[in-house]
Amino acid sequence: MATASLAGTAATEVLRPTSEAEAVEAFGDGDGVLVVGGGTIVVPDLTYRRLRPAKALLLKDAGLSGIENEGGRVTIGAATPLAALVDLPAPIGPCAANIGDREIRGVATVGGNLCAGEGYEAPRGDLQGPFLAVGATVRSAGAGGIEEEPLESFLERRRSRLALSISFQTPAAGAFAALDRPHTHDYTALAVSGARGADGTIRLAATGVGWWGVRLPSAEAAADDPEAAGRAALEDVDPQDDALASAWYRRKVLPVLVRTVLTELEGVA
Amino acid sequence: MNIVVNGTAHAIESGPLTPLLDVLREELEITGPKAGCHQGGCGACTVLVDGEPRRSCLLPVAYADGAEITTVEGLGTPESLAPIQQAFVHHYAAQCGFCTSGMLLAAQAYLDGGGTDDPEAIQEALGGHVCRCTGYAKIVDAVAAAARGESFDLTQTAVGKYTTVTTGGAT
Ligand SMILES: Cc1cc2nc3c(=O)[nH]c(=O)nc-3n(C[C@H](O)[C@H](O)[C@H](O)COP(=O)(O)OP(=O)(O)OC[C@H]3O[C@@H](n4cnc5c(N)ncnc54)[C@H](O)[C@@H]3O)c2cc1C
Ligand code: FES
Ligand code: FES
Repeated sequence: MATASLAGTAATEVLRPTSEAEAVEAFGDGDGVLVVGGGTIVVPDLTYRRLRPAKALLLKDAGLSGIENEGGRVTIGAATPLAALVDLPAPIGPCAANIGDREIRGVATVGGNLCAGEGYEAPRGDLQGPFLAVGATVRSAGAGGIEEEPLESFLERRRSRLALSISFQTPAAGAFAALDRPHTHDYTALAVSGARGADGTIRLAATGVGWWGVRLPSAEAAADDPEAAGRAALEDVDPQDDALASAWYRRKVLPVLVRTVLTELEGVA
Repeated sequence: MNIVVNGTAHAIESGPLTPLLDVLREELEITGPKAGCHQGGCGACTVLVDGEPRRSCLLPVAYADGAEITTVEGLGTPESLAPIQQAFVHHYAAQCGFCTSGMLLAAQAYLDGGGTDDPEAIQEALGGHVCRCTGYAKIVDAVAAAARGESFDLTQTAVGKYTTVTTGGAT
């Protein structure tokens, strides 16, 4: 029996690469290609035909999943499910554990989280914050070939790239603080991540203050004084009203989360 | 593409991006998994894919190619309910039943993974599932009872309980 599925995908060519090289070739310059990581965001879009791509590139069997640790430098394949990240050090592990629920974390991928677009009513790339805080770099493919760059610049152009992996140096200390979610179906309205590198440098980042994660340079500059850093963080952001929280509320809570993270970092030798 | 559902192999005709939920319900006419929201937010569609609980509305069937799927139809039979199903009946953990097949499979995966009767751990395991009827307490009680290995004589479940005695009469 033919399916009466809502998925109007007949016109979409489905590409199922079985290696990184095949995935890179299939992606090409990305024109007309929809990348499907775990599919937790794009599958409903396909089902309801909000997306009708010429091609869909399925990453599940492309060999892009796995975590390697070489002397403290951690590299995570873009198609690694979030469940595999929950035991990583703070701020990454605690953030991953706070995403969705067991079933979502089992299929949702790191690449999909980093590339999660401007949502319909709220931001949803929670891991962008912790990865910014640890100074991660992203290896990606697209026009111009394979390139590696800081996450900051990758986020600006993520729409046109195929993320292959993300790497970072394990921080000397890390901390993650988020507004509690009333239910696992809610996204996190605001979260702050912090990390102290081996040289003592502190990096801070926030999610929930814009459509994707941002560094908090003014707060970093005042990191010695958590109170002052909390206030300074407000200079780094321009939060919006959305379905989860108002801009006013976010501005009230951001200094508290910055303070919490810095105090926690101080406590970790 | 091929999937095995509750022990029976099926060749799939639907396109590779079709959600597993639609393949089960529309192509294979296995209607235990429910389409509550069709976008990942309710858990009514949860099935086991190679033993792991998965929202079938979010899974392109290509991602289940070659996998063994268990739906509520594969848990037990009406004559011989699985222990978790018996616990749900005994504890009145289902009212309208719309969330129940998803709850049962998530609970089964929790038990298969060695889950205990700790209510917080149970809530964490079932965290992705919405129930509009029960208020959740009875569901958590049922999973805890199953985790303790309790068994129930369902013919006795309601005896002596939940009986309303009305007295009074003409004056
Ligand atoms: C019930 C529920 C709860 C959720 N809770 C949270 C939450 O708490 N926090 C949160 O951050 N998110 C949450 N999400 C959203 C989502 O599950 C996550 O952001 C997830 O990590 C997305 O990953 P994915 O692999 O499933 O993405 P997909 O749906 O596969 O892709 C998402 C986007 O990224 C692109 N993409 C995917 N992989 C790559 C790649 N390798 N290179 C380039 N582009 C790529 C896709 O084209 C698409 O635009 C939730 C979703 C649901 C349904
Ligand atoms: S129908 Fe799949 S989660 Fe609601
Ligand atoms: S029993 Fe009705 S939704 Fe749970």
